[in-house]
Amino acid sequence: MADTIALFGVYRRLVGARIRSQLQYRLSFALNTLGTTLISFVDFAAILVIFGRIDALGDWSVGEVAFLYAISSVTFGLADLVIGHLDLLPRMIRQGELDVLLARPLGSLFQVVSSDFALRRLGKVIQGLAVLGYALVTVEIDWTAGRAGMLALMLVTGVVIFCGIWVAFASVAFWVVDSTELANAFTYGGNYMAQYPVNIFGAWLRRFVIFIVPLAFVGYFPALFVLGKEDELGLPEAFQFASPLAAAASVAGGWALWRAAVRRYRSTGT
Amino acid sequence: MRLYWEIARRGYRRFAAYPAATVAGIFTNVVFGFLIAYILLAVFAEQGQIGSYDASDAVTYTWLAQGLLMTVYIWGWYEVALRVQSGDVATDLQRPLDFQLYWLAQDLGRAAYHAAFRGIPPFLIGALAFDVRLPGDPLLWLAFPVSVALAVVVSFAFRFLFNLGAFWLLDYRGVAIIAMVISTFFSGQLIPIALFPDWLMHLAWALPFASMVQAPIEVFLGHARGVELAGLLALQAFWGAVLLLAGRAVFSAGTRKLVVQGG
Repeated sequence: MADTIALFGVYRRLVGARIRSQLQYRLSFALNTLGTTLISFVDFAAILVIFGRIDALGDWSVGEVAFLYAISSVTFGLADLVIGHLDLLPRMIRQGELDVLLARPLGSLFQVVSSDFALRRLGKVIQGLAVLGYALVTVEIDWTAGRAGMLALMLVTGVVIFCGIWVAFASVAFWVVDSTELANAFTYGGNYMAQYPVNIFGAWLRRFVIFIVPLAFVGYFPALFVLGKEDELGLPEAFQFASPLAAAASVAGGWALWRAAVRRYRSTGT
Repeated sequence: MRLYWEIARRGYRRFAAYPAATVAGIFTNVVFGFLIAYILLAVFAEQGQIGSYDASDAVTYTWLAQGLLMTVYIWGWYEVALRVQSGDVATDLQRPLDFQLYWLAQDLGRAAYHAAFRGIPPFLIGALAFDVRLPGDPLLWLAFPVSVALAVVVSFAFRFLFNLGAFWLLDYRGVAIIAMVISTFFSGQLIPIALFPDWLMHLAWALPFASMVQAPIEVFLGHARGVELAGLLALQAFWGAVLLLAGRAVFSAGTRKLVVQGG
């Protein structure tokens, strides 16, 4: 336990330094944030355009899809801040930087994760929060303490689920160098998919995001509870409360893959 | 001419050198293709016909758009901006070749590689999983590659143009992001322009971006026939010529004020 607290102290110091250094170039930082915010809005504009033509998508109204979209964007955006630089892992392996980390007396994953804190990617979170505001105004939610609690909970479990997925697919880089795009299909692709109701996708894809890579627990299942919607898939109500379990499974899976990958890692020799 | 042919071949080989990256990239295109195809199918389950599109057009659109993504390359091309920023452009100016044609040749070579290896494979996979619509008219099989080639030229000419912003701005990324946002949305890369509300659709077709992605897709789907088909290709050629000429004008204005920072 004392170890964990000490480790957290190290993390705070390292990340604090990264954040301060990013804030040194204020204009550049502001432009970057504005840029990511703008780019994210294009995605949402596409949803609004679609709803100009139809009233409901798989029985979800525009406000309800906006709710899913916002949850996915905010949680993915936060995961990206904390852990998105795992995308650089293939380069670290190729250039031999990882070998340096492995020689140090701290966990390799901890070191890679604490090597950056991409505050410049805050734009996606800001945009997600704006869409969340739009969704909460548009959809009439019958608020109860349970639903408010679930909304708070899903913002946390979503981040954890995305982090687990990110670690899991970043680990692939140990087997296949040049795997950034492969990981992107699951991280960025996962973010994109979680913006839409799971029931519109093909059966095999639905099963995949419920039972293998638990993206359906980022937004879809807890959102059914918050919005008081019927599950089109007819799955037990327990699924709507299972996001913490999915988050634990996601992290456990990511961690196991990372461990297995590091154990069999042989340096590229460069 | 021979020189530019050699440059194009180098553009091709530069990307052909990384087959593993190509396979990973195809995988990503296919994943996104599936997601977008299901989303559009859900849209057309609500509304069977939107403008000229039905469900089959929509899935065909999806896989063509995924195939065109890397071929047309509207995202993340800053090579000219980087050369201007670093001052390397001064060396380029001493070379006995045309700066814009050099990059155009390079880009056409790149596009040939991406069309073959990032364009066709995702489409074939999509065609296995979904009910795509193939052109029945042999004329369309001829017109489609012409339209794709023109789309690459328009896309290149636009990228070249906004890259030149680096002559006037210390940080070209602001312009690059705005260019990327606008071209992504108005090219039809994200959703078919046919789904736009009418006023936005008219606006999209009045801008050059539709010539980059939506135009070749309309050709493939057979939405433009006879005179309309000729008109669409002419529109692409028009934008290609206008943007290339604008790029030349801006480039010579930029080089006139060029101050290379020493060091």
